[in-house]
Amino acid sequence: MAIRQCAIYGKGGIGKSTTTQNLVAGLAELGKKVMIVGCDPKADSTRLILHAKAQNSIMEMAAEAGSVEDLELEDVLKVGYRDIKCVESGGPEPGVGCAGRGVITAINFLEEEGAYTDDLDFVFYDVLGDVVCGGFAMPIRENKAQEIYIVCSGEMMAMYAANNIAKGIVKYASSGSVRLAGLICNSRNTAREDELIMELARQLGTQMIHFVPRDNVVQRAEIRRMTVIEYDPKAKQAQEYRDLASKIINNKMFVIPKPITMEALEDLLMEFGLMDGEDESIIGKTAEEEVAA
Amino acid sequence: MTAMTREETQALIQEVLEAYPDKAKKDRAKHLAVNDQSIEQSKKCITSNRKSLPGVMTVRGCAYAGSKGVVWGPIKDMIHISHGPVGCGQYSRAGRRNYYIGHTGVNTFGTMNFTSDFQEKDIVFGGDKKLAKLIDEIEGLFPLSKGITIQSECPIGLIGDDIEAVSKKKGKELEKPIVPVRCEGFRGVSQSLGHHIANDAIRDWVIGNRDGDESFPTTPYDVAIIGDYNIGGDAWASRILLEEMGLRVVAQWSGDGTLAEMELTPKVKLNLIHCYRSMNYISRHMEEKYGIPWMEYNFFGPTKIAESLRKIAAFFDETIQANAEKVIAKYEAEYQAIVAKYRPRLEGKRVMLYVGGLRPRHVIGAYEDLGMEVVGTGYEFAHNDDYDRTIKDMGNATLLYDDVTGYEFEEFVKKIKPDLIGSGIKEKYIFQKMGVPFRQMHSWDYSGPYHGYDGFAIFARDMDMTINNPCWKSMQAPWLKSAEGGEAEKLAASA
Repeated sequence: MAIRQCAIYGKGGIGKSTTTQNLVAGLAELGKKVMIVGCDPKADSTRLILHAKAQNSIMEMAAEAGSVEDLELEDVLKVGYRDIKCVESGGPEPGVGCAGRGVITAINFLEEEGAYTDDLDFVFYDVLGDVVCGGFAMPIRENKAQEIYIVCSGEMMAMYAANNIAKGIVKYASSGSVRLAGLICNSRNTAREDELIMELARQLGTQMIHFVPRDNVVQRAEIRRMTVIEYDPKAKQAQEYRDLASKIINNKMFVIPKPITMEALEDLLMEFGLMDGEDESIIGKTAEEEVAA
Repeated sequence: MTAMTREETQALIQEVLEAYPDKAKKDRAKHLAVNDQSIEQSKKCITSNRKSLPGVMTVRGCAYAGSKGVVWGPIKDMIHISHGPVGCGQYSRAGRRNYYIGHTGVNTFGTMNFTSDFQEKDIVFGGDKKLAKLIDEIEGLFPLSKGITIQSECPIGLIGDDIEAVSKKKGKELEKPIVPVRCEGFRGVSQSLGHHIANDAIRDWVIGNRDGDESFPTTPYDVAIIGDYNIGGDAWASRILLEEMGLRVVAQWSGDGTLAEMELTPKVKLNLIHCYRSMNYISRHMEEKYGIPWMEYNFFGPTKIAESLRKIAAFFDETIQANAEKVIAKYEAEYQAIVAKYRPRLEGKRVMLYVGGLRPRHVIGAYEDLGMEVVGTGYEFAHNDDYDRTIKDMGNATLLYDDVTGYEFEEFVKKIKPDLIGSGIKEKYIFQKMGVPFRQMHSWDYSGPYHGYDGFAIFARDMDMTINNPCWKSMQAPWLKSAEGGEAEKLAASA
């Protein structure tokens, strides 16, 4: 069977890396061969699998060695929990250089070095929060990830970001085979969160593939640099990630999304009480002016 | 072919424009004009300094070319780093014939290529550290360099490197001017913005370096030559005339120029500008900041030289004015002999030009001195103030073309059938293969100088040996020559 390549996008801080690693651990438990490709200069997409602080990244090692041509795949590809393969693209510290180019270089390196072996069932790309430039869209270009999962929660900015990412997918979907495969709701315990994300998914033309409830065991595992599945396989949360994993294995719903307008998104938020109706009279008024009025 | 009328020239433009799709036609129409000397402002007849259309084979350069290649490159005692991947520096290395005196690699560096040779990792992690290291290495290997400029290639602007911070830090450490120049190639529509950016860098990092320092002894006759790049020794042939009339040339910008000369220029009494396009900015700045007037001049051909010498002398006292007359008189026999020798061979020959900053108008007088006529001219990267000046120098009903396309230029030449084309290396072989005599007017075809009286002699000789070269009579292969060979030859020449 061909490798299924999946990319995880979503607003910064939403829990993409945690969700990806826990879900990948679930896949591995189900006997799947998986590789994680971290596409974030922070290089923290594989720490729970490797029990490491941060993996040596491709770009970091390339800079040390001179150029990527001087690297061997073994130098950068590490194997962790249940034989999950891990690589990090890496990139510069904030404020210098071009992180997007780092992602492009790293993925090209993996391809040329034959990292995408036939025995793999899944490759997961864990991508930096916002698709700020062409580099971070690299995983969804031709012949790379074909399934996109967006991690979101019932918060306004997370949904706003999800809609924006859907716009990006439309752009690449028209020229290739990349499809939106679903929203993963990583719960923040906001009111009627599941209904809200289901409704957003419906409007985007996709599904909420799973609702991952909030559970402190995730943080407890993370302190130990472990996934929940490895740290406490009997925990209720471990089962949630297993459910997400099996839903992804069986997922058949791959769509070109229909991003919604800003107005439609605001209507949705108002309907669920996350946003008040717009009151024209208060626009541009300072607190002091409001008191005076 | 006799001179074209206004209507004929207009009809030619229309005919050539017909080949374009509507949008391109509309755009290109604005860049083509029939000259009318009565127009005061060129914006009424021609548009310039606009983005070139894709697919038209423009010969324009980029901002990096304007800064590194033109303005900064000839400053011989500074090292100019082509900051970015290797190609920009290597393929422009020593490409311009701005001659200089010195020991290359010791105290001058004009024909060398210094580059930071960017690799993937420099793009990803930024190149500031590498730049700092490169500057240290330069200081170690070439301690006699007087300063360093950083000529930015495209990636520097894209990845947001802070070359200003590196420059300030290293400048302090080495106690030498280190000048960051933001001339990334994607900026602007041609090399012209690069000239401006380079001028601004000189303004910000060099020109005020000796403010308040009165140790340099000045004279009332101090001048600077601005915008002469010493192609084939042009600036040297110009400088001697100014010196012979009693002026002291403190600085040459930038052909055979030095950092010290640039720093001392704010002390001069008058700035003399040859290439207005590339260095009017710094001249205007010196006028505003130091009250130094500037004057345009033209040292191509005896008529313009005499005019310019008198104009320059008029700024000074009677001694200088008398000296100017003496200089003109001194060379008179020499240039009259040149005219006497070559004019009969060149009389009535028609020229089309397409060059860069000043030559499309400045060389007209030199051709006229030889009895030739410039029937079409245009600039790669002019602004409208250049065309304002050109209108008066060109005859009525002659053709003006701005940022001419490959197609237009060829069509114009086919219809106008000039006896000579003066343009660049990219045009040369196309027109020579069409059987039209051609001179490179950027590089002087590896000849020169063409400035001054000395240059005029060389200019006249070069035009003659090109136009009257016997090779043009051999354009047809012998086996294709018919019995009436004369007729076939005529056809070949017009093809």
